[in-house]
Amino acid sequence: MSRSLASGDPSGSDSASSHAARGEEASSDAERRQDTRPGGTARDSAPPLNRLNSRRRRRLLGIVVLCGLLLLSCALSILVGAKLIPPNAVFEALVATSSTENNVIIYELRVPRTIAGVLAGSSLGLAGALMQGYTRNPIAGPSVLGITQGAGLAVVLAVFTLGITGMLGFIWFSFGGALVSALAVFVIGSIGRGGATPVALALAGAAISALLQALTSALVLLDRQSLDTYRFWKVGSIAVSDMGLIQRVLPFLLLGLLLGLASAPGLNALSLGDDMAAALGHNVARSRAIGVAAIAVLVGGAVALCGPISFVGLIVPHIARYFAGPDHRWLLPFAALGGACLVLLADLVGRVVARPSEIQVGVMLAMIGAPFFIALVRRRRLMRL
Amino acid sequence: MTESVRVPATAPAVRVRERKPLRIGPLSTVLRPRPLLVLLGGLVALVVVFACDLALGDYPISPLGVLRTLLGGGDAGERLVVLQLRLPRALTGLLVGAALGLSGAITQAVVRNPLASPDLLGVTSGAGAAATAVIVTSGTLGGISGAVAAFGLPLIALLGGVVTAVLVALLAYRGGVDSFRLVLVGIGMNALTVNATLWLLTIGETQDAGRAMVWLTGSLNARDWDNVVPVGLALLVLVPLTLLGCHALGALQFDDDTVRELGVRVNVARGALLLSAAVLASLATAAAGPIAFVALATPQIALRMAGVARPPLVASMVLGALLVVAADLISRTMFGSLQLPVGVVTAVLGAPYLIYLLVHRYREVHT
Repeated sequence: MSRSLASGDPSGSDSASSHAARGEEASSDAERRQDTRPGGTARDSAPPLNRLNSRRRRRLLGIVVLCGLLLLSCALSILVGAKLIPPNAVFEALVATSSTENNVIIYELRVPRTIAGVLAGSSLGLAGALMQGYTRNPIAGPSVLGITQGAGLAVVLAVFTLGITGMLGFIWFSFGGALVSALAVFVIGSIGRGGATPVALALAGAAISALLQALTSALVLLDRQSLDTYRFWKVGSIAVSDMGLIQRVLPFLLLGLLLGLASAPGLNALSLGDDMAAALGHNVARSRAIGVAAIAVLVGGAVALCGPISFVGLIVPHIARYFAGPDHRWLLPFAALGGACLVLLADLVGRVVARPSEIQVGVMLAMIGAPFFIALVRRRRLMRL
Repeated sequence: MTESVRVPATAPAVRVRERKPLRIGPLSTVLRPRPLLVLLGGLVALVVVFACDLALGDYPISPLGVLRTLLGGGDAGERLVVLQLRLPRALTGLLVGAALGLSGAITQAVVRNPLASPDLLGVTSGAGAAATAVIVTSGTLGGISGAVAAFGLPLIALLGGVVTAVLVALLAYRGGVDSFRLVLVGIGMNALTVNATLWLLTIGETQDAGRAMVWLTGSLNARDWDNVVPVGLALLVLVPLTLLGCHALGALQFDDDTVRELGVRVNVARGALLLSAAVLASLATAAAGPIAFVALATPQIALRMAGVARPPLVASMVLGALLVVAADLISRTMFGSLQLPVGVVTAVLGAPYLIYLLVHRYREVHT
């Protein structure tokens, strides 16, 4: 994973022809100029073609490496667990359909869990990259913008008013809550003069998130059953043992992934600033609306499936930006693949560390992801937003 | 804040309205009416709400009675209610709000990000994780319970907050304090501490988890003079210091090279300002639990009301205090026996107002 980019020029130094990380602060420009090592061409002269090609090659290689890592994680996720099942038995279980104990474990527990991890991780990684792109804020993420809080409030309301328990009952509540709160953030961020500016979107998200969190806290303090449900839901887990749950969410997530990946060119234009994007012929309002729809569907589906493991959405885009550079056409696929890998690996470690019980994936994500992320941030070259 | 004046066609195109400078000896400044009005209005509202907080409750006392009691009169009952029950609680709220507002304003100005707040630097969640650990383990480990849980909790929370902030600063330090790097490290540390808290909540008993949840929502219940003194002292020391560092804050809005040319030691200024913000936030958290929304919202509200370019420090302090005291008043008096934690009410009060300001903005202000 830690492919050293020390060879050649850092892909972060953007070329004038392909894309630009917004030079909102002169400091970031100065930094970047310092960071390109002597010998690198000045950033505003057009790069020779072979350098462009080598960068493209490196990114393609990165995608291939990530795909390989994802396959490996999936394999490990199916092979490793509380019960030691030898690989050949696992293979038999995958091709045969008898209901021995091993086959049940593989089919009913590990395979759905792996699929859920891939779906949730890729959705949240992509959604986080979209949020940071549209708000142009490195702190933006599913929980910062109040989307997971919306899902949480809906779940607590479901317990509080209807006495619903069990994941299948929650799924539409959390999905609906996430959609409604995403819509609210977007509407509030867009009303008023100037339309949906990044700062307005970010602050609307912060306000909505605080409001919903407060209401949730109040309900949880009133009602013990809600508290018990909520504190376990809040940690997040990909231990989905029901393929029905996955089938219900899958079409939404696929739609979200498509919409999200399709909004890459618009995001590249927006990263130059709204006026510049409009001058280049992009419909700014429309591309924002598509982006928010993608974010809402992705986060809503992922949270409905696994609870709020929103940390993936905050961190993965930064890691992806470190390896892929600021061009969203590369950054978005990197973030989706990276999110899936990170979730699966964190879940795997959580299963192995505390056998036969396990530590929830949300906690493990922070314990593994945060140190890795901090180490990355401490590197000499820092990819700015 | 500029205003073009209509001029005859022969004159040069646009003239900027001149402001009267205010000179006191060697000091000179420009008087801007709107920020001052916001500040004065906030102070008046704060005094009114604070008086109501002392007067209202299960045992209502007339405003005159409150004043009499504060000046040393009043009967024994009034004295007990005002001086021993309501005044410490209201003062704690006021000081905590002021500390949070100031701390948020500093953080947002230094990091130049409207979403930045001490919560982001992991300070609040570090304090929360430490306190939750004590609450959740006090029942099961038996050793630390009762007295330690009551007295040690603020101290442990303070330690947790400061240690987290120092860790963030150390991890972000690479030949200087780069604000962008600091934000990212803060996010990472914040995630670590938040998830540690969540994990602790799942391993605890429901009873303890409930107690921890109350604390984690931020509450002013049963606060006495012991809570007021440390926060008050810290504010007395830190507020003048940070206001002295205010001129550096203005310069820190530019990029690092420009700041150096202006003669500000970037790293020293940033480090000192952020450290004081962290200490303020930790103290506030120790005194009343993590009241999340105040530090984030009040600087942004103050900035929009005053129509200035970066969070105004004193106005943020006043508005923060106002928000927390008003929330305390509401949570004490409007829900009867159900004492909603103040942290719930601050968000319910503050968020709609911030939304209103967002919808009615005159122009986008970038911090």
